[in-house]
Amino acid sequence: VSDQASVPQTKGKPRLLLMGQRRSGKSSISSVVFHKLPPSETLFLESTARIQKDSLNSFMEFQVWDFPGQIDIFDNPNFTFDIDAIFGEIGALIWVIDAQDDYLESVARLNSTILNLQRGYPHINIEVFIHKVDGLSDDYKLDIQRDVTIRIQDELSDQGIENAPVNFHLTSIYDHSIFEAFSKVIQKLIPRLGQLEAMLTNLCRTCRFEKAYLFDVNTKIYIATDNTPEDMASYEICSDYVDVIIDFTEVYGSPEWKRSDEWRARLEGPPWLQTLENQVACEFAESGMVLADAQRPIMLREVDRFLALVAIMKEGSYDKMPQINMNVDVVVKGLIEFFEITKTKTGIAAV
Amino acid sequence: QLKKVKKQKVLLMGKSGSGKSSMRSIIFSNYLARDTRRLGATIDIDLSHVKFLGNLTLNLWDCGGQEAFMENYLSQQRAHVFSNVGVLIYVFDIESRDVERDLATYVNIISALVQYSREAKVFVLIHKMDLVHPSTREQVFEERVSIVRRKTAEAVAIVRKQKPEYPASASVSEGSGMIPDIDLDMQLFATSIWDQSLYKAWASIIHDLVPNLGVIETQLASLGVAIDADEILLFERTSFLVVSKWTSPEGETNPWGDRFERMSNILKAWKHTCSKFTGTPRNAEQFSDFEYKMGPNFSMFVTKFTTNTYILVCMPPGEARFNSAKLNVAAARPWFKFLDGPVVAPASA
Ligand SMILES: Nc1nc2c(ncn2[C@@H]2O[C@H](COP(=O)(O)OP(=O)(O)OP(=O)(O)O)[C@@H](O)[C@H]2O)c(=O)[nH]1
Ligand SMILES: Nc1nc2c(ncn2[C@@H]2O[C@H](COP(=O)(O)OP(=O)(O)O)[C@@H](O)[C@H]2O)c(=O)[nH]1
Ligand SMILES: [Mg+2]
Repeated sequence: VSDQASVPQTKGKPRLLLMGQRRSGKSSISSVVFHKLPPSETLFLESTARIQKDSLNSFMEFQVWDFPGQIDIFDNPNFTFDIDAIFGEIGALIWVIDAQDDYLESVARLNSTILNLQRGYPHINIEVFIHKVDGLSDDYKLDIQRDVTIRIQDELSDQGIENAPVNFHLTSIYDHSIFEAFSKVIQKLIPRLGQLEAMLTNLCRTCRFEKAYLFDVNTKIYIATDNTPEDMASYEICSDYVDVIIDFTEVYGSPEWKRSDEWRARLEGPPWLQTLENQVACEFAESGMVLADAQRPIMLREVDRFLALVAIMKEGSYDKMPQINMNVDVVVKGLIEFFEITKTKTGIAAV
Repeated sequence: QLKKVKKQKVLLMGKSGSGKSSMRSIIFSNYLARDTRRLGATIDIDLSHVKFLGNLTLNLWDCGGQEAFMENYLSQQRAHVFSNVGVLIYVFDIESRDVERDLATYVNIISALVQYSREAKVFVLIHKMDLVHPSTREQVFEERVSIVRRKTAEAVAIVRKQKPEYPASASVSEGSGMIPDIDLDMQLFATSIWDQSLYKAWASIIHDLVPNLGVIETQLASLGVAIDADEILLFERTSFLVVSKWTSPEGETNPWGDRFERMSNILKAWKHTCSKFTGTPRNAEQFSDFEYKMGPNFSMFVTKFTTNTYILVCMPPGEARFNSAKLNVAAARPWFKFLDGPVVAPASA
């Protein structure tokens, strides 16, 4: 651990710091969420010996730093960390607690980390992931969450700190919860989130959608939704929908399968006599799906390289797809403009 | 000429805990991989009749693998278990500590099978491969394959030599004192319930059992050509195993050789998602139509086809082409009616 002195230039890129005890699941989380590693393969992850820095080029460019569990950055005899370099441009600190293990030491370290941070960087969001809750009963999960919350709040108020920005999430890499939690964390970093939400709420009203999500396709993090209440079931099916589309795209639409010139020539020849580009109704990816009971169809529409809109429709609306598509087009244009402006104004996400 | 209903006896064997019941539950009963942790050890033989398409019934003999049961199959129940077998699926747990003993049991099973069902096909699954480090998976599998092949050959050879000692066995009537060559039809697969490898193995297992495969393939080909498709996959509705497929010459240039099992895996997972969302039972039908148009790159749809099947079509882009393909697929349903039952279908296109 000696190369950490030179923190790379990362001006303006929000940073997510992953911290917690060894084997709590930090590397697994970042591999599953940001590198699509199948959860079962995390068994083979090597223990992290130094800070892993990942740059993610997505709808907004951000960094994920995975800290080795054994390092205490505030009290390290071998090395003095440039604390300001680590926390200066931070987006959020994610503290991972292994719920299947004895977590008292982890909670104690988290408390001292929060206290240290409160001195210099009181605005930093602290997101506590109570992790590996797969296989635990719902009651037990809530008990743990309550216990952890109390242990942290008690300690903080003993130290005279009242409104520290600490949030709790129950997570597992084996289901949607880890993606949901990351969605919540990331949403707090998006400038003008309210405006995005208003656009989606509007879309739901004009198209009679039940629920709409804007997804970052690569990570399945949703960066905004309309203003109807949160609903895990809707999020799950929409997120799985994105998965299916990604798989279809990889198998039949990847650059690795390059169609031949003859193929194109034949398809553009008689009786069509048009380029393929002119034969399609929409130049972006679009998809629709009808359930067996014919209720609540689901649709997806690509916004740009990174983003897709996914919506659960109301019964009977599948027949009105042409009008719906026109409304969706308008909103997609608005979304594209939104991100153009956000980019130029804040300098994040130079794509 | 269309054949009537076919029944197949399928033996599922291997050491206790190797994963037999898990696989069966995932493929045919729509369990999720993680649900299998709740399965108890199978006691004796768990018999189930799986209807596959309209005209194939699999009599699945899930044989509990605890030692006492295994000994019993090889002794008292020998003729009962090993007669009239169409397929033996033998499962090895790659994590097993006692490989020698596993192989010895396997050899005994193969001997009994060859003795009573000379024509049976054998599928050996080297299972739980997810527990092997990804970088050594291929090598570990290859090593195991060669050991199993050698052991199989030895077992078959021994039965051959012993043949005259079993006058009751069926092959004696073939005459002239010649011992017929027992050439075992065997395939090996690396599998895990945690990925698509399971679908690859089981699609191969059922592939040869499906009646009228030639007819299905011919009709899929004419449909594919008629609608200008690049690929068509036909899935059985419950298991989502690929029953048959057709690929255009352009489609053959698709470098993803694992796409068939991958599609099974994706669609089966999607079915689970839908079932969770709608609150309907997992075995029920979940979606009827799934369309995806990737701009000027390609279009595809997956749709309910006949009573027992779903069809996936991958085709070139184009709105008009897409709409006419959907109409044509709907119109082609009657050609495939025979998939739904042992009725005689009308002459095909
Ligand atoms: N890691 C891993 N575990 C598996 C796999 N397949 C099955 N298992 C687990 O192995 C255990 C035993 O599986 P079963 O299917 O009950 O085994 P069985 O062969 O039917 O055992 P008997 O009925 O006693 O003969 C279960 O806990 C499964 O979850 C696999 O591919 N990988
Ligand atoms: N059951 C369960 N195990 C997990 C989960 N996340 C990670 N693990 C396992 O926890 C172990 C340690 O994970 P790792 O990411 O190396 O921890 P790190 O030291 O914090 O980076 C691995 O064996 C993972 O497979 C989870 O959500 N549920
Ligand atoms: Mg069993």
